[in-house]
Amino acid sequence: MSGMPDRASGKAPGHTSGKTPGRTPGGTFVGMPAFPRAAHDAVRDPTLRANLRHATRTIRDRRAKAVAELDDWDRLREAGKQIKDHTLRHLGHYLEQLEAAVTAAGGTVHWAADADEANRIVTGLVEATGEREVVKVKSMATQEIGLNEALEAAGIRAYETDLAELIVQLGEDRPSHILVPAIHRNRAEIRDIFRSRMARWGRPAPEGLTDTPAELAEAARLHLREKFLRAKVGISGANFMVAETGTLVVVESEGNGRMCLTLPETLISVVGIEKTVPTWRDLEVFLQTLPRSSTAERMNPYTSTWTGTADGDGPRAFHLVLLDNGRTDTLADEVGRQALRCIRCSACLNVCPVYERAGGHAYGSVYPGPIGAVLSPQLRGTASAIDASLPYASSLCGACYEVCPVAIDIPEVLVHLRERVVQGGEFTRHGAKVTLKPAGGHAAERAAMRAAGLVFAHPGLLRAGQRLAARTRRAHPRTLPGPGRAWSATRDLPAVPAEPFRDWWRRTQEGPGRPERTDGREAGA
Amino acid sequence: MSSRDIVLGRIARALGPAPGEPYDAYEAAVDRGYADRHGDLTVEQTVDLLAANLADYRALVHRTEETGLPELLARLLAARGARAVLVPPGLPPGWLAAADAVRVPDLAGSTPAELDRADSVVTGCALAVAETGTIVLDGSPDQGRRRITLVPDHHVCVVRVPGQVVASVPRALRRLDPLRPLTWISGPSATSDIELDRVEGVHGPRTLEVVLVEGADRACAGTITRG
Repeated sequence: MSGMPDRASGKAPGHTSGKTPGRTPGGTFVGMPAFPRAAHDAVRDPTLRANLRHATRTIRDRRAKAVAELDDWDRLREAGKQIKDHTLRHLGHYLEQLEAAVTAAGGTVHWAADADEANRIVTGLVEATGEREVVKVKSMATQEIGLNEALEAAGIRAYETDLAELIVQLGEDRPSHILVPAIHRNRAEIRDIFRSRMARWGRPAPEGLTDTPAELAEAARLHLREKFLRAKVGISGANFMVAETGTLVVVESEGNGRMCLTLPETLISVVGIEKTVPTWRDLEVFLQTLPRSSTAERMNPYTSTWTGTADGDGPRAFHLVLLDNGRTDTLADEVGRQALRCIRCSACLNVCPVYERAGGHAYGSVYPGPIGAVLSPQLRGTASAIDASLPYASSLCGACYEVCPVAIDIPEVLVHLRERVVQGGEFTRHGAKVTLKPAGGHAAERAAMRAAGLVFAHPGLLRAGQRLAARTRRAHPRTLPGPGRAWSATRDLPAVPAEPFRDWWRRTQEGPGRPERTDGREAGA
Repeated sequence: MSSRDIVLGRIARALGPAPGEPYDAYEAAVDRGYADRHGDLTVEQTVDLLAANLADYRALVHRTEETGLPELLARLLAARGARAVLVPPGLPPGWLAAADAVRVPDLAGSTPAELDRADSVVTGCALAVAETGTIVLDGSPDQGRRRITLVPDHHVCVVRVPGQVVASVPRALRRLDPLRPLTWISGPSATSDIELDRVEGVHGPRTLEVVLVEGADRACAGTITRG
């Protein structure tokens, strides 16, 4: 279980070095077990279960209230879906338009086909400034590409400035939620991390720090202030990019985003290509649906928009790195591409019964929860055990689809990806068509299904089999041997009745002189 | 082959031939049947809604006539014990006429550390959004650079009502210029990062006071019904 935090002991993970252990620049977690094994450990951690239950239930109710305030929610949701679908259908056009607009406004646009290239570009840009440290706004894209690790390898220190990201970074932990990466930590754990780790990164935690959220926030304010005030390079992602104007949008709460976007001399934004919207007007939809879905607020405390560089206000140099890293592969899948509509609100995590119990780490990706289960296997392919298992990390209850503000039919994509894992077939990887073999672990299931097909097609075979099963029922094992063991490890085998249904039917319903029923059941029940 | 060509090539292969021109298709592709504003409120009710929503997210809301503004601002700064107040270059000169605090201009060469020594900042705004309790700054002379409303711990923002008030987000976007750097502010800095519970006060100003001034409308009077 290398790379898995030692959660069961209740301690912060004990890694000897490195900021985010076990991460590769590709964004996967080295040695990450498949979802069922990781979840198996997580559901046995009572602290984690309690933290998640408390947090997700709190936000769930509040979101429902915030959404109910808008009587046109369904129409906003539909418009958001249509805007994103249209943009994806013409993505090349809008990216070229965006590039031209950003360039005209004084920015520089870079294109990165994969994580390594994006990391190389950003590292080169930071090195060109001569600086050895950067301040970062919370960004899923930079987590996905493992930018902090790449910068560290080049001797550049990246300071996370979002409170939850700070908790994760100080605790040498991994994020477990899109919006609140430290959701798996309660206030007491956060206080312990601040007390023991802040001094290593700069200003230590105040003496006598308690675990009240206000005091913890104050400690973070003091710790990060000196870093903001001296920072020369800021790195961000973006929630939206407006093609017609070249405007980028960052939605946040704490003000760390504003600090990173306005105080440094150089700003580098790494943004997935799917974050594009065609027009300024389109923001009227998402600035209504995102805050309410995400933090259950009418509006988040701070939203910053900027277009290139502005004279005398904010950074003098602005670089936009447009990131592919599997997004065009996802785009090539007509069913799966709807996952690219995602605006990273995390409402689907908060309502998911599987997420609530297993937590974010079990998903083995920076994108946990239902959206992660459809996004990660598409961005990364289904070659690894964890990615092949993610489409199964769901009960298909559909709650995620109900709350999604851009109407991503997550269950539909999950089933589609399961099909891909089990049956294989053609899909796109790194821009090229490849043929995927059926996953090995599913060979027994496929053999069983083929056998079942044969038997159901031949009534005589079925009858003979059922009678044999009924006669030998006392000898049946509780678990299956051989390749069936994995299946029966988590399920009870169905009990075989003493008499097959078809025999019972013939005896009770069709025979001459239908006997009086004596067992109290309704005939034909 | 550049990465730009690689990515654009992958997109083209992923999508196949485009169905028609993007802009022709765009109008038809998106159903804008959602509301332009929520509820049928009068001008006065819209201003009241703004005040209520600002207060709901812990902004301190004050209302005054234009003639009472200098005195009110002086009182707010004195109550904070503010000795140095940052002033954007185009703040109407009369606003701080009654205040004792030293006025600190924002100079091009001012470092963030120097700004950090100011106790408060007083600005106007571009507009305010009633339904969300939001004020928007666009860097106009009465608001100054983005950093001056960020570094001090106390921000006093003056909103001219009803002229600068719009009902909704769609109406706000129509009145704003995307080419200017914009800051949308809804209450003081906050976080939900500890157990998803909202806590006010992290990196931005921990105290936001919004002054709604009546009778100060000039050119923008009456825009609330159109905007």
